Amino acid sequence: MSTASVQLPGWINYCVIPLINLVLAFFFSGLVVWAIGENPFEALQLLLVGALGRGEGIGFTLFYTTSFIFTGLSVAVAIHAGLFNIGSEGQAYLGGLGAALVALSLDRYVPWYVTMPFAVIGSALFGAACAAIPAWLQAKRGSHIVITTIMFNFITSSLMNYLLVHLLIVPGKMAPETRTFLPGGQLPKLDWLIALFGGKLGAAPLNFSFLIALVMCFLVWVLVWRTKLGYEMRTLGVSPSAAVYAGIPYARIVMIAMLISGGLAGMMALNPVMGASGRLQIEFVGGAGFVGIAVSLMGRNHPAGIVLSALLFGILYQGGAELSFDMPSITRDMIVVIQGLVILFAGALEYMLRPAIVRLYQQVGGGR
Amino acid sequence: MDYFDILISILGSAIRLSIPLLFTALAGLFSERAGIFDIGLEGKMLASAFAAACVAHLTADPWLGLLAGILVSIAVSLIHGFASITNRGNQIVSGVALNFVAAGLTVVLGQAWFGQGGRTPQVPTEGRFSSIILPGADAVRGVPFIGPLYANVISGNNILTYIAFLMVPLSWWVLYRTRFGLRLRAVGENPGAVDTAGISVTWLRYRALIVTGFLAGFAGTYLSIAQSAAFISNMSAGKGYIALAALIFAKWKPVPVMFACLLFGFLDAFANFMQGKSVPLIGEVPVQIFQALPYILTCILLAGFIGIARPPKAGGVPYTKER
Repeated sequence: MSTASVQLPGWINYCVIPLINLVLAFFFSGLVVWAIGENPFEALQLLLVGALGRGEGIGFTLFYTTSFIFTGLSVAVAIHAGLFNIGSEGQAYLGGLGAALVALSLDRYVPWYVTMPFAVIGSALFGAACAAIPAWLQAKRGSHIVITTIMFNFITSSLMNYLLVHLLIVPGKMAPETRTFLPGGQLPKLDWLIALFGGKLGAAPLNFSFLIALVMCFLVWVLVWRTKLGYEMRTLGVSPSAAVYAGIPYARIVMIAMLISGGLAGMMALNPVMGASGRLQIEFVGGAGFVGIAVSLMGRNHPAGIVLSALLFGILYQGGAELSFDMPSITRDMIVVIQGLVILFAGALEYMLRPAIVRLYQQVGGGR
Repeated sequence: MDYFDILISILGSAIRLSIPLLFTALAGLFSERAGIFDIGLEGKMLASAFAAACVAHLTADPWLGLLAGILVSIAVSLIHGFASITNRGNQIVSGVALNFVAAGLTVVLGQAWFGQGGRTPQVPTEGRFSSIILPGADAVRGVPFIGPLYANVISGNNILTYIAFLMVPLSWWVLYRTRFGLRLRAVGENPGAVDTAGISVTWLRYRALIVTGFLAGFAGTYLSIAQSAAFISNMSAGKGYIALAALIFAKWKPVPVMFACLLFGFLDAFANFMQGKSVPLIGEVPVQIFQALPYILTCILLAGFIGIARPPKAGGVPYTKER
């Protein structure tokens, strides 16, 4: 009998296999570290201490985590509808424009908690707008969503660079960025959250958007598993022909799923733009959209898994920065390698070990 | 400087800018026609650029650099094959992953080996592909129109440029006039039929990916030791994706691929030329428009407004033999 058709219990599918894949990815990353003449275990220790050792480190780790939760959710929502959204990067970039426009126009008049809901809506709308054309092309014209979202990453990047260099720049300044928002346009730091555990946030930019991200996790869970729309999306994701046969409108669901996905990606901009730097800067997304792919794959497209894997990548980003400080021969780009290996093993090679695990499971006696 | 001279200089730079696109798009052509989506062209380009620069720096021999570039690119291609053919993984996920690994690993290794922030050391002049003056270029330079065109656009390029243009008819011949090409196209449309005819789908697709790696190796080598004289971190700067756009724009056909790459190369050269210049009546045209134009054109094409781009039918679908 083929091993592909054997049902494995949930704890193997959702815990054991992702963990083994993760271990493999780290094993190969360790090989790279070893190959350039450093001690992988020492590197791992420095990385963990850098990410979790002090309150400030934790603050940075959670700051990165926040961005990755947003982009991870964005990718996951699209995947549930059977769509692969590679455009989170561009959608987040355009989302930054929405957040910045709201902050720039309101920060003089109202306190931050009045600005915030408008900024959430603004960033989500702009992110969704960036996903709208690829979504329409997929729904109505049958163009492949992967290709069009890649194209839109570049189109958005050109558009935003133009806007920042020519229109949004502060006259007389060299740096292509907007003016710094007043406190009314900035999200407050979460000092109290770290203080709760006896640490000090210091200069770390952990801010209110972390809580927004957690709320979004819950909302996405409700949407995907507890609503009619979520059911229709998942049906479409499993089998488009069955969905159409069951009377689910293909074009409508594709549009809605992509708009939600784009909106979630757009909200990621709240974190760096309104939470950390307090202004819209060029290339502020910095690859977080692509990390979202890894986060979603690692987290098995479930909000709880996404929080955990976003935390993992947050640790990698913060710890990696500290590591490159302590071990100059390992640059920050090591994170990119680890990220790539995680996507490779948790995503593309996710079935590589399955036959072996199935055989082991049957031998141990659980199967049949 | 009169308009003709300007045109000549733009055309010359358009050719130089389109060569890496051409190699990469032809590379993508082979894998996509065999039914394997390849988002990982960018990564192959980077990895081979790095390998070529390292070897050319050490040996001062551009041909050994090219060989290293090709071998590394084929290796990356085979990993893609292992994930997407043997393990039937998601081809797009695998491509994205390999792009990350290549982008990170080149810098990490470069920093560890040379300690120059991810750059490789300067490749000596004899280790690079330098430009070749075609016979008679200087003699005809004085002839109006054809002379400068021959002397400055057609002549004076490096050997890889001429190889790139030779690869176009060669790819066409392989795809449309050989048994391998016929089977390769068939496996991209209907792998089941190919399997029924007793031909191994797996082995055929692996061979297609080896060709892809081979061609992408030229592209990376061109970037690091022909166009410039060292590897710089992330030096492909999205060219792998533009090449993918060109491939789609050309509707997965070899000769149109060449024209699409020349068009996108021309847009790039034109954007460089227009930087900071103003057009009468319109004023300064932002360079970002030209940078975005290849992608916008491709989207319009995909929307079905300029003919229909029909991808290979079995593209992106792993082949499962047993049901």
